[in-house]
Amino acid sequence: MANNYRYIGKDTPRKDARDIVTGKAQYLDDVRLPNMLIGKVLRSPLPHANIKRIDVGRAAALPGVHAVLTYKDVTDAIWGIPNHMKLLDKKVRFVGDAVALVAADTAEIADEAVELIEVEYEPLPACYDVKEAIKPGQPQLYDQYPNNIIPQISKLLQNVVKGDVDKGFAEADEIIEGTGFYECFPNPLPPEPPGVVAYWENPDKLVAYVATQSLGLNKYLAQPFFRMANTQFIATQCGGSYGTKNANLTPIGFAAELSKATRRPVKIYYTKEEHLAAYSLRLSCRINARVGIKKDGTVTAVTGDWFVNTGSGSEAGPHEIAVGCGELQLALRCPNWNLRSKLVVTNRAPTGIVRGYGGQELESSILPIMGMAMEKVGVNPVDFFKKNFVRAGDEYFWRNGIKYVYRGVDFSPAIDNGAAKFGWKEKWKGWGKPTSVDGNKRRGVGLGIHCNADVGEDNSETWVKLTPDGRALVLVAVSEAGQGQRSSLCKMAAEVLQLPLDDVNMSFPDTDGNPFEFALVGSRGTFTAGTAVIQAAEDARRQLLEMAASVMKLKPEELDTEDGYIFEIKNPKNRIPWRKATGITSTVLGKGRFNEDFTLSNFLMTFVEVEVDTATGKVKLVNVLNSAGCGQVISPASLEGQLHGALGAAGLDTAIFEGGMLDPSTGRMVNSNMIDYKWRTFNDLPHFDNITMDKPIPSHRFHAVGVGEISTSPGPSAVLMAVYNAIGVRIMDYPFTPDKVLKALGKIK
Amino acid sequence: MPDKTKINLEVNGKPCELMIGKDIISSDTLAETLRNNLGLLGTKISCDRGACGACTVILNGKAVLSCMLLTVECDGMSVTTIEGLEDPKTGQLHPLQQSFIDHTAFQCGFCTPGIIMTVKALLNENPKPAEDEIKQALSGNFCRCISHYEVLKAVTAVIEGGKYGK
Repeated sequence: MANNYRYIGKDTPRKDARDIVTGKAQYLDDVRLPNMLIGKVLRSPLPHANIKRIDVGRAAALPGVHAVLTYKDVTDAIWGIPNHMKLLDKKVRFVGDAVALVAADTAEIADEAVELIEVEYEPLPACYDVKEAIKPGQPQLYDQYPNNIIPQISKLLQNVVKGDVDKGFAEADEIIEGTGFYECFPNPLPPEPPGVVAYWENPDKLVAYVATQSLGLNKYLAQPFFRMANTQFIATQCGGSYGTKNANLTPIGFAAELSKATRRPVKIYYTKEEHLAAYSLRLSCRINARVGIKKDGTVTAVTGDWFVNTGSGSEAGPHEIAVGCGELQLALRCPNWNLRSKLVVTNRAPTGIVRGYGGQELESSILPIMGMAMEKVGVNPVDFFKKNFVRAGDEYFWRNGIKYVYRGVDFSPAIDNGAAKFGWKEKWKGWGKPTSVDGNKRRGVGLGIHCNADVGEDNSETWVKLTPDGRALVLVAVSEAGQGQRSSLCKMAAEVLQLPLDDVNMSFPDTDGNPFEFALVGSRGTFTAGTAVIQAAEDARRQLLEMAASVMKLKPEELDTEDGYIFEIKNPKNRIPWRKATGITSTVLGKGRFNEDFTLSNFLMTFVEVEVDTATGKVKLVNVLNSAGCGQVISPASLEGQLHGALGAAGLDTAIFEGGMLDPSTGRMVNSNMIDYKWRTFNDLPHFDNITMDKPIPSHRFHAVGVGEISTSPGPSAVLMAVYNAIGVRIMDYPFTPDKVLKALGKIK
Repeated sequence: MPDKTKINLEVNGKPCELMIGKDIISSDTLAETLRNNLGLLGTKISCDRGACGACTVILNGKAVLSCMLLTVECDGMSVTTIEGLEDPKTGQLHPLQQSFIDHTAFQCGFCTPGIIMTVKALLNENPKPAEDEIKQALSGNFCRCISHYEVLKAVTAVIEGGKYGK
C-alpha cells in the first residue's frame, strides 16, 4: 500500500526491546514487595471426591507459616461464566483441584506445610467424556447443573438458527453427515507460568500485580468476586498469554485471600506442573453435523449438535461458543442453519480463554465434515471458500445474538494470492489424492480459514497528554504480552502528532492511572484502542493548535505541528515550540473513545503441506503459508511474529502431536511436564511464509484491524485435510499421531 | 569432601562470596541464587526441571540450565548471565542483543535471555555455525510465541556481519 506515513507500516524497534534483550523487563516473578509471602496450593489427587475431614494443625504450626486456609476460611463467592466456581470447595472435581492454601516466608516452607495438611476424601465416580457425562446416572459435578449441562445464556449467541433447514436440504444435491472430534485438551502454555502478587491496601482496596494481556477485563471480572471492593490491577510484562492470562480469577483469588488472612502481600506463582494440569486448557469439542451442498459448492443447510467439554469449570465457555457461532457464519455463507451447542462439565481440568476462542474449536471439528461435502460434489476447497466466506452486505448474528451487516472489504485477493504463492494449483491433485509419493513418504496439501468480527469488540478510552517539552504521553491501560501493541499504539499517536517516536511514550499499565480499556483480545487492540488513541491525539493536536493560534495571531487551520514545533503552513519558518503555546506549567489533554463495532472482520487462510511416512505413521509439517487480511499493516515485524504464532499456543500442532493425555483409570494428566508434553522445537521448523493483502479496511484513519489472535486457528483443519489427501483416509480425531495414522492405514489394530 | 562453609563464584566478571546456611542453603539451585541472592532477575525460571531452556546461563564458557545445577556445585566457577553482556563501561549492547532488537526476534520476551545466552555460548565455541547447528543448539529452548524464524535471522545477521565479538 503506497503511503507517505512516517511510522505506520514501517519497522521500528519495540519500545520495550532493550529491556527484553538485557533482562531488565519486569515479569511477574520479578515483583518483590517488602514483607511479601509466598503462597502455595494443596491439590487433589482424586478426580472427584468430597472432603470428609481436613486438618491443618500440623501445617499451621510449622515455623514460617503465616496462614493455612481451607474452604471453611475463604469467600464463597463464585466466578466463571456462568458463575459456578468457588476458590475452594468442600468437593474436588479434577486431579489438581485446589484443596487448601498456605502462605509462608519461603516457597520451601510453604511446600513443606502443604504436605503436612491431612485430608480424608470420600471418592466419587468420575466422568471425562462429553457424551457420557450427559447420560442419566452419571456422576454430577454441580448440584445446579443436572446431567452436567450448563444452561445456555439467553443474551448470548449459543446456537445458529436461521432460515429453513428442511427447505435447504431439499435444495441440496448432496447431503453429508459426519462427526468431528477436536478433543485434545491442549494447553496454550506460555513460558511464564501464571502468577499474581496481591495485597489489601485497606479493607476496601485490593492491589494486584498481574501478568496479563487484559487489565480492564481483569478488573471488570474480578470486582464482583471481591464483593465490589475497589481493585487496582497493575500489569507486569507478560511472559506469554495466548488468551490464558486474561482473567483467570483462581490464582488472583488465592493471593487475595491469603493476603487478607496475613495482612501482607502474597505471591502465587504456579509451577509448570500446576500450569499444565490445572490452568486454562483449550475447550474440547465434538460435533455431529449434517450439511447440504449443491454441485457448484453452494451450502444450502447446516445442522448439528455441538458438544463442548469445558472440563470441571467454565472460565468463558458460553462466550467462546457465542464467538464460534459467529465466526463460522463469516467463514460459511449459508441461509439455513440449525446448529445447537451443549456446554458440558466433566472431571477434566477446567478450560479457559484461549486464542482462537470457540471458533478454532468449532471450525477444527466441523470443517472436516464440510470437506467431505466438498469432496462429494468435487469442489476444490479454494473455490469453495472463495464462494462462501463473508462479503459486504452479508448478515450474520454475532456473539450477543444481534444481527450485523458486514461493511468490510472482499478478501478474495488474499485467497488468490495465498494459493498462488503456495503453489496450490500445482500441488492440489484432488480430494484424497497425494501431491507426491516417494516410497513411504506421501505428501498432501490442505487449507483452513478463520475470520473474526471481534476486532471491534467492547469499548476503549484513551487520553493523550502533550507536555510543554514537546513530548506526548499516551494514557491507556494496555499491557504488553508479546503483541507489540504498546509500541504500535505509540506509532499511531506519533503519526498524528508528527513527533519523533522516542518522544511518544505510554503510561504505566495499571487501572488506576488510566481510563477504561477492555483488553487485548480478539485482535481488537489495533481497531479499538487504535481508534481511541488516534481520536485522543487528534483532539490534543486540535487544542494545541488553538492555543498556538492565539499566540501566533493566526487561525488554527493555518497551522500544523511537527517535531514539537507549531508552524504556519504557508510560511514554515514562522514557528514556535509547543511550550510557547502551552506555557511551561500547562499540559494539553486530548480524549478518545471507541464504542463496540461488530461490522468489520479480519481474515486468515492457512495453507499447509505435510509429509506422512506410511511406514512409521509420522506426520511431518513441511510447508506453511498464512495469507492474512488486516488492512494497513502497522508494524510488519510484530505482525510477522504473530502470524508465525500459528505453530504455538495450542494451534496448528494440536493436529500433529499436541495435547493433554489423561489416564482414565486415575483421572491424572500423564504429560503435565515439558518433556512429555510435546512442543515444536527449533530443529523441527517447516518452511513458513506470511503474506498480507494490500487493501485498506474502513476502520480508522490508518485503515487497519488486528489479526494476531487468529493465527493458531485455521491450522488444525488444514492439517486434517492435508493428511487425508496424503494417505487417502480421513482421520477425524486430532492429533494425528503415528498410532492413529497407522491404524487408519490398517497397519495396526 | 572437605567441609565447605562458603561458595566463591565469579558472576559477570565480579567475584562473589556466598555463605552456606546464611546466604544460601545447599539445596538452592544456581537459578535461585542468581535471582534471589544476587538480584539478577534476567535469568528466568519457567519449567524449573531442565526442559525449557529459559534459565540458560554460561558457566565456564558452556551454556547450562541453571535450574538443574546446585549453587554448591559451582564453587570456583565463572557465570555469565544476560546482565553480563552489555559493555560495563559504555553500556553498549552486545551485537547479539542489538541484532535481536533490529530483527524483533521476540514477542513476549520471556524466553529471550535464555535464547541469547545459548547462542552466545555456541558462538564462543563456533563463530560460524551452519543454520542446522544453530537450530540444534537452540533445540532445548522453548519459545511458544514462535519467534524462532526471527531469532534465526538475528543470529545469522550477527554471524554474517562479522560483528560477533567475545
